[in-house]
Amino acid sequence: MTDRTAVVVGGNRIPFARSHGAYRQASNIDMLTAAIDGLAARFGLSGHRVGEVVGGAVLKHSRDFNLTREAVLGSSLDPHTAACDLQQACATGLEATIYVSNKIRLGQLVDGIAGGADSVSDTPMSVSDGLRRALLAANAAKTLPARLAAISSIRPGHLVPDPPGITEPRTGLSMGEHQALTTSRWGIGRTEQDEVALASHQNLARAWGEGFFDDLVTPYLGVTKDQGVRVDTTLEKLGALKPVFGRGEGATMTAGNSTGFFDGAAVTYLADADYAAEHHLPALARIVDVEVAAGDYTLGGEDLLLAPTYAIPRLLERNHLLWQDFDYYEIHEAFAATVLATLAALNDEAYCRSTLGLSGALGEIDRSRLNVNGSSLAAGHPFAATGGRIVPALAKLLHQRGTVDGRPARGIVSICAAGGQGAVAILEAC
Amino acid sequence: MPKKRFDPLEALATTPLAKAVASSSIGKSVATKLGVPPSVELRRGRNNPGGAISLAELNNSTLTRRTLQLLGLFTINPVIDTPDARTLGEAGRPVPPGYEGRLGALVLDLTELRAVTDLEYVRGVLRPAIRALERSGRIIFVARTPETFDELEPRVLAQGLDGLNRTVAKELRGGATSNLVWVDPETTPQALASTLRFLLEGRSAYVDGQSWRVGAAEVADDVATSVRPYAGTIVAVTGAARGIGAAIARTFARDGATVVGVDIPASGEALARVVNEIHGTALQLDITLPDAGERIAAHVAERYGEDARLYAIIHNAGITRDRMLANLDEKGWAAVLDVNLAAQLRMNASLLDGRAGGLADGGSIVGISSTSGIAGNKGQANYATSKAAIAGLVRAMAPRLADRRITINAVGPGFIETEMTAAIPYLQREIFQRSNSLAQGGKPVDVAETIAYLADPASAAVTGQVVRVCGQALVGQ
Repeated sequence: MTDRTAVVVGGNRIPFARSHGAYRQASNIDMLTAAIDGLAARFGLSGHRVGEVVGGAVLKHSRDFNLTREAVLGSSLDPHTAACDLQQACATGLEATIYVSNKIRLGQLVDGIAGGADSVSDTPMSVSDGLRRALLAANAAKTLPARLAAISSIRPGHLVPDPPGITEPRTGLSMGEHQALTTSRWGIGRTEQDEVALASHQNLARAWGEGFFDDLVTPYLGVTKDQGVRVDTTLEKLGALKPVFGRGEGATMTAGNSTGFFDGAAVTYLADADYAAEHHLPALARIVDVEVAAGDYTLGGEDLLLAPTYAIPRLLERNHLLWQDFDYYEIHEAFAATVLATLAALNDEAYCRSTLGLSGALGEIDRSRLNVNGSSLAAGHPFAATGGRIVPALAKLLHQRGTVDGRPARGIVSICAAGGQGAVAILEAC
Repeated sequence: MPKKRFDPLEALATTPLAKAVASSSIGKSVATKLGVPPSVELRRGRNNPGGAISLAELNNSTLTRRTLQLLGLFTINPVIDTPDARTLGEAGRPVPPGYEGRLGALVLDLTELRAVTDLEYVRGVLRPAIRALERSGRIIFVARTPETFDELEPRVLAQGLDGLNRTVAKELRGGATSNLVWVDPETTPQALASTLRFLLEGRSAYVDGQSWRVGAAEVADDVATSVRPYAGTIVAVTGAARGIGAAIARTFARDGATVVGVDIPASGEALARVVNEIHGTALQLDITLPDAGERIAAHVAERYGEDARLYAIIHNAGITRDRMLANLDEKGWAAVLDVNLAAQLRMNASLLDGRAGGLADGGSIVGISSTSGIAGNKGQANYATSKAAIAGLVRAMAPRLADRRITINAVGPGFIETEMTAAIPYLQREIFQRSNSLAQGGKPVDVAETIAYLADPASAAVTGQVVRVCGQALVGQ
């Protein structure tokens, strides 16, 4: 087994658009294709056989069983480029990065693209189980009477389509409702949530203004910037919004400090470090190590979106690092309260001892290093695209920073996901 | 530079009546009823004329003959109209001698033109040729640059050919063109080859009535005759996402270049499409940034290696903010001057300072001037200023770059059919695009082909020139 180095060469995404807006006619395949084509143009990959393209979507049509391969075939990449679909809810994009970087580190790939796309506008709907069973029975029936009998079992109620589930199947609670429980459990206040949201918008707007995304984003269907970013928002405006999750006094989560529905796609280009050097490809940051985790939110009563708190200590220990040893923290803002609860949990002596089995709390971090160019609250969160938004942007930040105290600048990405899961990765500047 | 003070066609096109007619759906049928003839489909691409190439040589000059031989082109002797050669026609009128079949081109080598009496030979070869010239045929004058003569008579005669060329261009029909090439005494066949080939081929379709200079430079035989001159080179094109810029990118890629397409970030989607089609790389960049030149060089060095250099930079990006001077504020004035002129000066300075990824010695710079800059145009004070300055820039910089064998030239497009000009109302557009000797608008590829010719390593002897691609527009020189 070889031990190669996997580096982030760069990335590309389309601007994230509000659902049922500019991208309402675009499918996941269309958006993922556009993201790949923008990447190809940036790095001269048109006609090039990339080792493998790995991606997925959370809201996925059954006909898109080969979503990523179809996107490759529609793109300017060499059609001999293999592709693979994977899915880990909102961590899909980061899990795809882990998949590709591991293959590179094993010497199985010299380069690969990881990403994802999600459209809330083009959401799949399925027929009800009753209708589906009747149609399957009719199809299997060998005689006309049997077929008619099968069809006659259809009831009007069966004709109502099933939209995709937005609730956790095992609890019946939506993600917001789950987070509301967590928010309340950790005593996360309204103002601090609004402050996280405000910082997200201000940081993202500043980054756009500075041209930070000029080599990370390619416009799509006339959209040139993320539509979620609100340049002029204030704490007052955010404070005036009515809570949408939780009940009564403890209801602090609003549309302003929760992510809305967005459409988008994003990809990360990874390569073997030697291959990158030989082929004049930039090496922005190296994938140091990764960890995924899951929490028992069903019977165990754990927090749905705090699985990264399990992954982070394991990752730190394995890499002999402290929670404070990072120059940049990218914690996905599913909700402002998710970020705050994650930080609170890792700074909580009892939680770290009893739930995480640590000798003590990991402590606090320097908040000025957190989501410095905005995150999902401002950029929007097209589920599977978020990993591909964060990883290249963090890699670019690290590369720009270069070294800190004589060592390469270091960053950590944390993404929570439905099903009580989470994925975390450490990157280091090249 | 003579300036047209009043353009009746333009005045007509801007009358309220013309605008009203043009914006109505009946505009097209009105134009048809007025008897506006459909325009001729021009010969384009790397295609020679279909008919024979006639070579007329005055006083034993050999430069053109040797050049055409180098290019592997066969020629026939010219038919000369003299009183003795004429026959009597049906009405008893004398008929000049004619060619057998259609003539593809007449190339006149007048480098040895010395006396006024020599001009009779010129008339004698032109008359039969013009009568026989095929569609998209060519008349090409090759003459000595007037300033290279000490004696008075040859010098003024050489200047006189400029008026003759422009008149021939106006008299030709069916998409045929006439152009004049000035050469120096030191100009070799190798140095002249790219220009003659460009003029004969369809690549020069929309260049008409123009004259420019081919000086002296060392050009190897294989360079002079290459049909894929950009193989192994890197060429940057600004404003490459659409229109003329996209055509430039495609043309350079066709001729072998690896193209770095540059355009503003907001045009990234169209830029990616163009760049992926031609297997280049995209750089989303606002060229008005102070470090735009550095960023282009950095992109070249990063994508293609520390030793990589740009062979050519094509400054195609440009904007218009049309306003009459009476209504022009400092913003509309500055924006155009910054994009069209100042950005180009800054980028040139960075790319020429020897940095990694910058312009290679022996390379090329091509800018875009404009008919507006040459003739002036109502409502385009900012644009015309910037475009005339580009013409000045190439003339001023050419001698300064000579020791590094870098050429700098510009094209001056006339009415080119792009998404932008398609938005002009029908009748107005019809008038604009027919106000030239070819009675039609040019295609983006016509501008692109001319730029690719100017930047060609085989055109090393062409520098400091402004070549208009305007079908000999009625306005300007």
